[in-house]
Amino acid sequence: MTWRNTLVGALAFAVVASAAVVLPAWLMSLATIALANALVVLGLIILWRAGLVPFGQALFYATGAYTVALLGRFTDLRDAVLFVIAAALLSGILAYLVGLLLARYRDIFFAMLSLAMSMILYGVLVKTETLGSTDGFHVESATFFGSALHGRTAELVLFWFVLAWCALAALVVSVYFRSVAGSLAVPVREREIRLEFLGISVNRLIHLKLIIAGTLAGIGGALAALAVEHVDPTMAYWTTSGGFVFVTILAGAGSIAAAFIGSFLFELVRSVAVDLMPGTWQIILGTVLLLTILFLPGGLGSVVTVGRRRLGIKTP
Amino acid sequence: MLTAFAILTDGLVYAAYLFVVAIGLSLIFGVMKILNVTHGSFYAFGAYGAAIAVGAYFNADYAAAGGFLLMGVVAIVVGLVLGLLIERGLLRVVYGRDEVVVVLVTYSAFLILEDVLRLLWGTESYALYQPLAIGGNVMVGGLVLSGYDIGLVVFAIVLAFAASYALRHTRYGRLLTVVIFDRELAAAFGINVSVMYTVTFVLGAILGALGGAVMAPKIAVTLGIGVEVIVLAFAVVIIGGLGSIEGALIGALIVGTCRAAAVHLVPQLELFVIYAVMALVLVFRPYGLFTRAQPRKI
Repeated sequence: MTWRNTLVGALAFAVVASAAVVLPAWLMSLATIALANALVVLGLIILWRAGLVPFGQALFYATGAYTVALLGRFTDLRDAVLFVIAAALLSGILAYLVGLLLARYRDIFFAMLSLAMSMILYGVLVKTETLGSTDGFHVESATFFGSALHGRTAELVLFWFVLAWCALAALVVSVYFRSVAGSLAVPVREREIRLEFLGISVNRLIHLKLIIAGTLAGIGGALAALAVEHVDPTMAYWTTSGGFVFVTILAGAGSIAAAFIGSFLFELVRSVAVDLMPGTWQIILGTVLLLTILFLPGGLGSVVTVGRRRLGIKTP
Repeated sequence: MLTAFAILTDGLVYAAYLFVVAIGLSLIFGVMKILNVTHGSFYAFGAYGAAIAVGAYFNADYAAAGGFLLMGVVAIVVGLVLGLLIERGLLRVVYGRDEVVVVLVTYSAFLILEDVLRLLWGTESYALYQPLAIGGNVMVGGLVLSGYDIGLVVFAIVLAFAASYALRHTRYGRLLTVVIFDRELAAAFGINVSVMYTVTFVLGAILGALGGAVMAPKIAVTLGIGVEVIVLAFAVVIIGGLGSIEGALIGALIVGTCRAAAVHLVPQLELFVIYAVMALVLVFRPYGLFTRAQPRKI
């Protein structure tokens, strides 16, 4: 069963990758951002399965983005792969350190403490001149395997680059979901004290989830910085985190594919709404979020499972 | 010395206004266990309402005292309308769901109301300058203090005492204490918890709107003030301990003083200090300064 899912996933990524050749430019840049953000959402899904909602995931997103921006500004390094690996490492280490504290908290206090952490970074970024202050600064364009690209080729290669990271992340997360640590998420959400009676450290489980989610968010931020070619402190602001939480709830905790589809739909609706009905974007956002919570508590991903059950097909 | 005095007075003024906003947030959480993000909207609507209504009142040259009274009236109207709308129309449906899910529901209501503000009053900013002018200035120990600020501090102190008295010595307050302690037991003894929830939420909303109304003369009333205030109010109530009046007071004083100190000594650290203090408090007191540890339920 599992290798079939992997195969379907690989096929989906291959189709998207080849479709990119004929995509119009606006759709491709939109999809690039959506995929980068989907990595953050993927991390949030890991936490959401355990019933945790961090309102400060932008901390790692901004860390990843600023790592790339600062490397480009203060060093001669330009390699995209190196950029993303550095961002992943740095945000992973940060997630480990923050996690030492955060893993002890649940529910609202978990949400609020992570919010405080991201606001600390926001406060630092806004007030530090060398980090670009409120305006942020330009990100140097990266090279891919030693060659600098321009125009359409650069966009296409960047898209494939982001897609490749997404495929890798999807694979790693699906392996994690099937592992013992990953499948203990639901017991953590339901009754964690029972797990502790079984001799399992819930704090350590959550710490690991935080590190994975933080690293993913850092990679997402790095890729977003490469795509937008600009970083600014709003990347660390709590409304950015709120946006990621929004997509997570919309996507639901059920499936990995939902993170990508949800993120893409989010960006699509946003760009259409900003064009057609300026000033009402947040009304749409709020209404959709409300409707999802009220009528589709499992998120978009649950449509598939519910549909399968109705048709009498066993879910894997 | 003068700097220390300035930090103290600035901190006190800032704390006074934070307290007015935070006490409503804390009240709602204490009774209903809801962390109400919509509180930012109550604040913003209160500020817009005051800026427009009170501004018009002063421009028409009526007696000054009425203008300050009108601030209260605006807050009550905003709190009644929005509070009833949110509690009756929205929260009622999600009672009993996860705490975090309810936070997300109030978050979506907050997003919607942000745009409603924009649709109602556009993107320009409003200024309400008359109350500050009427309040005048006072010289205290070499510092110029605004009369309005002093009034605000007095108001916050009165509010703190009134709230604490109401909770301990009035019928509604004592019933509320029972509901806070154990909702199901309270219901079993015949307290109408549903009505208590509505009243509490509306009261909290009025306090939030009042915070916006009294702050309107001191800021440029524009889009995004709700977003800013909500994270500050969160810091205050989390430091003090959610659901406690003393906590909101102490939290407001801590945040107010820290911010004032940062503004005077190292302006770069203004935002940083507030959240660093919040994180620090949570490290040592995981549920804030003024809450008892909860037993874990199996």
